[in-house]
Amino acid sequence: MSKIWTIARREYRLYFATPVAYVVAAVLLFVVGLIFYSAVEYGANPQNGYVPGIDQIYPAISFILIFAVPAITMRVISEEHRLGTIELLLTAPVKDWEVVVGKWLGALLFILTTIALTFVYPMYLNNIVVPGIDQGPLISGYLGLVMLSSAFVAIGVAVSSMFNNQVASLFASMGIFLVLWWLIGIPAQLSTSGMSEILRYLEFEGHFSSSIRGVINLGDMIYFASITLFSLVAGSVSLETRRWR
Amino acid sequence: MIRVDGLTKDYGPRRAIDNLSFHADKGEIVGFLGPNGAGKTTTMRILSGYMPPTDGTAIVAGFDVVEQSLEARARIGYLPESVPLYHDMSVFDYLKFMGDLRQVEDSAERADEVIEMVGLEDRVDSYIEKLSKGMRQRVGLAQALLHEPEVLILDEPTIGLDPAQILDVRKLIKDIGKERTVLLSTHILSEAQQICNRVLIINNGKIVAEDTPENLKAHTTGKEQFSLEIDGNDDGLAKVLEKVAGVEKVTKVEDGKWMVESATGKDVRKELAKAVVKGKFDLVELRQIDVNLEDIFLKLTKNEEPGEAE
Repeated sequence: MSKIWTIARREYRLYFATPVAYVVAAVLLFVVGLIFYSAVEYGANPQNGYVPGIDQIYPAISFILIFAVPAITMRVISEEHRLGTIELLLTAPVKDWEVVVGKWLGALLFILTTIALTFVYPMYLNNIVVPGIDQGPLISGYLGLVMLSSAFVAIGVAVSSMFNNQVASLFASMGIFLVLWWLIGIPAQLSTSGMSEILRYLEFEGHFSSSIRGVINLGDMIYFASITLFSLVAGSVSLETRRWR
Repeated sequence: MIRVDGLTKDYGPRRAIDNLSFHADKGEIVGFLGPNGAGKTTTMRILSGYMPPTDGTAIVAGFDVVEQSLEARARIGYLPESVPLYHDMSVFDYLKFMGDLRQVEDSAERADEVIEMVGLEDRVDSYIEKLSKGMRQRVGLAQALLHEPEVLILDEPTIGLDPAQILDVRKLIKDIGKERTVLLSTHILSEAQQICNRVLIINNGKIVAEDTPENLKAHTTGKEQFSLEIDGNDDGLAKVLEKVAGVEKVTKVEDGKWMVESATGKDVRKELAKAVVKGKFDLVELRQIDVNLEDIFLKLTKNEEPGEAE
């Protein structure tokens, strides 16, 4: 079995041994369910022919991820440093980047498992709407969520590799998510020309919104993949640098 | 098997180990002795591939721990000082996980084997969190043995164990040391005396002595010492003892207790006894003082230059 997979599997299982998994899954399902319910119950309007679509739940899920991902990733490497177990990983014949990628994969699989549970809502909607829901936004929306989670989790793991303290990594990654999600939009609109374009490119929401509308945009996929790759490299470098401390 | 040359490690301005050089061969158990903060753990962390040295080289099992770190790490079994373990896993799951990470074939079977070696068969499914300190120590030791490493680096392997467990672990280390290379650190000098072929005494990041426990004793003391106990009046005993051939120094420790020194290798007990009895003193005890590593250790590590602030 590959070393990365060994680390990922341990991470993944660990979430289910702690209340974290159940709390995060419960909150996600509850909040998304509430939004979904109001959309279906009050949003449907036979007069103007509006039919509630599945696109309602994506912003809700992505919003919760901003808080759920830091809660999931804060401990992945911070705790290893605090408990000293990092010494076991770093003296095993495993490359530093394999540790980081293993941690990322485990946490990502857990987040995706939780997101997969929200699939009950489109399935339910598909049963009550005639002639069924639009498949396009369903596929593109969930693909967008996978890519978004991948980038979020990678950032969370990288941040976790920099702190011994879990709360510090929790707030640091949450701060990064909030900035990349919204706050970066303000200077992006205020500043002019070149700078504005760079900032707008970095903004998460813009890249995610196309997938909600049912468009799979290669550029957006590359954006999320680049963020993921960049963060995993940063996490590996941080882990390696700490050996020299 | 272990070859260390000019190893130096600085933590910021503080030099933790300074130009260390030593070696350990196959079938050897080398003890690493020194006071807290002497640099034992730092040295072991470098050898295990956890952190790189500031200067110098370390070759373990034929591989440079910096240049060929992965190859070296694959051949080293390491028990860190604080025995870090995943408390949220069972003994078996943990050992299987570490086995998989080290790409041990049949990791589940091998986990069972090492569990048996350290005598934890009845705690296979216990969560590590629930284990006593001594048991955790044994789990850590089992982890170090998983991949049948050529070199074992054990940072204080018997700390926190009860006397019976200490004996078990020492025996285990001795058995392992027959075919492998073991470097272990300890505070307990009698332990080093019992299980190590060779002892390195380290102080302030430098090796201050290196030899077999027996040779160390012989070299450091230089004198044979005897203790005498007299019941009742001992006035005038000093004169009687000083007259005995071979006696170099007589000291009164307290009333009725005396210490006599002679040249190395000269046993003057018989002559002492005769002289004391002849002088009509009531001799109740006469014995040779066995110099242990403790004394050598204190002697070697005591002379720190005062004012050498960190």
